[in-house]
Amino acid sequence: MSIEVRSLTHIYNDGTPFARVAINNIDLTIDDGEMVAIIGHTGSGKSTLVQHFNGLLRPTSGSVKIDGVEIGQKGVDLRTIRRKVGLVFQYPEHQLFEETVWEDVAFGPRNMGISDEEVRGRVERALRAVDADPSLAQRSPFELSGGEKRRVAIAGVLAMEPSVLVLDEPTAGLDPRGRQDLLGQIQRLQAERHLTVVFVSHNMTEVAQLADRLVVMHRGEIVMEGPPKQIFAEGEHLQTIGLGVPDMTALMQRLRAKGWDLPASALSVEEAEQAIMAILTEEARVGAGADV
Amino acid sequence: MGRENFIEVDRISFSYTREQGEIEEAALDEVSLSISSGEFIAVVGHNGSGKSTLAKHLNGLLVPAGGDVWVAGMNTKDEAHLWDIRQTVGMVFQNPDNQIVAATVEEDVAFGPENLGLEQELIRARVDEALAIVGMSEYAKAAPHSLSGGQKQRVAIAGVIAMRPQCLVLDEPTAMLDPVGRREVLDTIKELNEKEGITVVLITHFMDEAALASRVMVMDDGRIVKEGPPRTVFQEVALLRELRLDVPPIIELASRLRARSVRLPEGILTVDEMVTTLCQLRSGA
Repeated sequence: MSIEVRSLTHIYNDGTPFARVAINNIDLTIDDGEMVAIIGHTGSGKSTLVQHFNGLLRPTSGSVKIDGVEIGQKGVDLRTIRRKVGLVFQYPEHQLFEETVWEDVAFGPRNMGISDEEVRGRVERALRAVDADPSLAQRSPFELSGGEKRRVAIAGVLAMEPSVLVLDEPTAGLDPRGRQDLLGQIQRLQAERHLTVVFVSHNMTEVAQLADRLVVMHRGEIVMEGPPKQIFAEGEHLQTIGLGVPDMTALMQRLRAKGWDLPASALSVEEAEQAIMAILTEEARVGAGADV
Repeated sequence: MGRENFIEVDRISFSYTREQGEIEEAALDEVSLSISSGEFIAVVGHNGSGKSTLAKHLNGLLVPAGGDVWVAGMNTKDEAHLWDIRQTVGMVFQNPDNQIVAATVEEDVAFGPENLGLEQELIRARVDEALAIVGMSEYAKAAPHSLSGGQKQRVAIAGVIAMRPQCLVLDEPTAMLDPVGRREVLDTIKELNEKEGITVVLITHFMDEAALASRVMVMDDGRIVKEGPPRTVFQEVALLRELRLDVPPIIELASRLRARSVRLPEGILTVDEMVTTLCQLRSGA
C-alpha cells in the first residue's frame, strides 16, 4: 500500500498569534512494501508529518493519499484509513489501559464488529508477532517490564492488521536488548506480511541497519532523501543540520581524508573491516614484494 | 567497617515482593562497592540487571534487606539520618516531566531549598547559582512545559544541586532525550563533576556515556560482573555481547582487526584514536 504526499503544509494554531509552520510544502512518495526512515531533530517536523498518514492531523494545505484515496475528502471514512495505517506513537505504553494484556490487544479488533473467534485469532497473531510470551496475556500490562509493555502496545496496533505500519521513535528509552529485539521484529513483520513500514528515529546506527531509504527533515522541509549509504556519504551536510553519521561512516571519511582509498561510506562494522583489510593486505603484499 | 570511603556499599541484597507476598528473584545479590569523593562512576546493564535498584539504595530510597550502605559515615538504615543522607546524595530520574512541579523554572529549582527552611535571600542565591551551573539562567522565568527535553532535565538537575549535594545519582537521565538534549545533559554532568567536584553515579545503557566515567560497573542478574576503567571494561567484547549490551562499533572493529592479525594496541575507544593508530601502522611507524 503506497503513501503519496503532495505539497503538504501543516501550520499549528493557524490564524492565531501562535501560528507555527511545522511542515512546509512537502512532497514524498512511499512505495508499497518499502521500509523508510524519517530522521531529523526534535522540532524538524517528523512527527507532524507521520501523523498525517492516518488522518490524525489534517493538512493545512496539500494532500495525503493512501492507496490512491485522499484522506479528508468527503465520503472517505477515517476508520477505514486507520485500519489500513497503524500508527504507533512515541512511548505507546503510556496508552495501555486494560486490566490484562489480552484485553488491551483485543480492544481495537473488538470495535471492528468482527466475530469473537476472529478477534482471538488476531490477538494471538499480534502477540506472537512481537514475541510476547503467551503467559503474559493474562497479566496486567502495568506489571510488565518497559520492553514488554512497548511490545504489547505495538501488538495492539498490529491486531488491527494494517498494511502500513508507522512508528514514531519505536526504540526510544529501550535498553540495547529491547532495542535489538524490537528492530528484529519490525524487520520480520515487514518481510512476512509485506508491510509498508515508516519509522521515525534519531538513531543513525538503527536507520542504517533497517531502512531502504532515508528521508532527512530539517525545519519542516525534506532536505535529503535516498539510500542510507548515499545520505551518510554526505556527512558534512548532515553535520551542518546537527545530525551525525554512524561511527563506521565517520571512520571511512576520516581515513579517506588521510589518503586511504576507501569507499565514502560504511554502514556496518563488517563492511569497514573488509575495506580496511583490503588496503592493509594489498600494502603488505606490495611491501613483501619490494623486499625481495 | 569500611566507612572511610564516601559511599560504601557492603554486601547488600534486596528483592522486590509482589502483592501476594511471593518473593521475586533477587534484584540485588550481595553487591559491594566503594565510591570515593569526586569520582565519576557509570553503571551499565540491561533492564532488570539491578542497576536502578542499586541507585535507589544510594540515598535511602530503598533500604537493603541484607548488608549495609554507608553515606558519608551514615548508615541508610538509620532513619535519624535519612534527611542528611538525601541532602548528601541527590537523585535525578529518567523522565523530566515527572520531576518538575512548579509553574516557572526558578520556582521549581527553589522548591527544595524552600523546604529546607532557608532564608529568602539564601534561596535566591542558591537558585541563581544552580541555574547558572546548568546553563539555564536565561530561562529562570520560563514555564517548564515550554522547554525542550534536555532543558527540562537540566532544570531537574538544577533543582537537585540547589540542595548542595556532594553526590548526584542519575538514573538513565538521557533515555528520553534526542541527541541534542543528550549532549546538553552530559556536558552538564561532566562539568558538575570536573568543576564543582560533585561525585557522579550515572546509570545508563549508552556505552558512549559510560565512556565518560573514570570507572564502569557492568551489572547482570543483581551482581556486578565487571568493574574497571572504560578502556579495560569495553575490551571485553565477548562478555558485553553475552550480556547483550551494545559493543561500541570502534571497539568491535578493533577486535575484529586484531583477530585478523592487524597489530592494534589495546584500549582504542574513539574514531580519532582508530584513525591515528591505523595511519601509524600504515606508515610503518
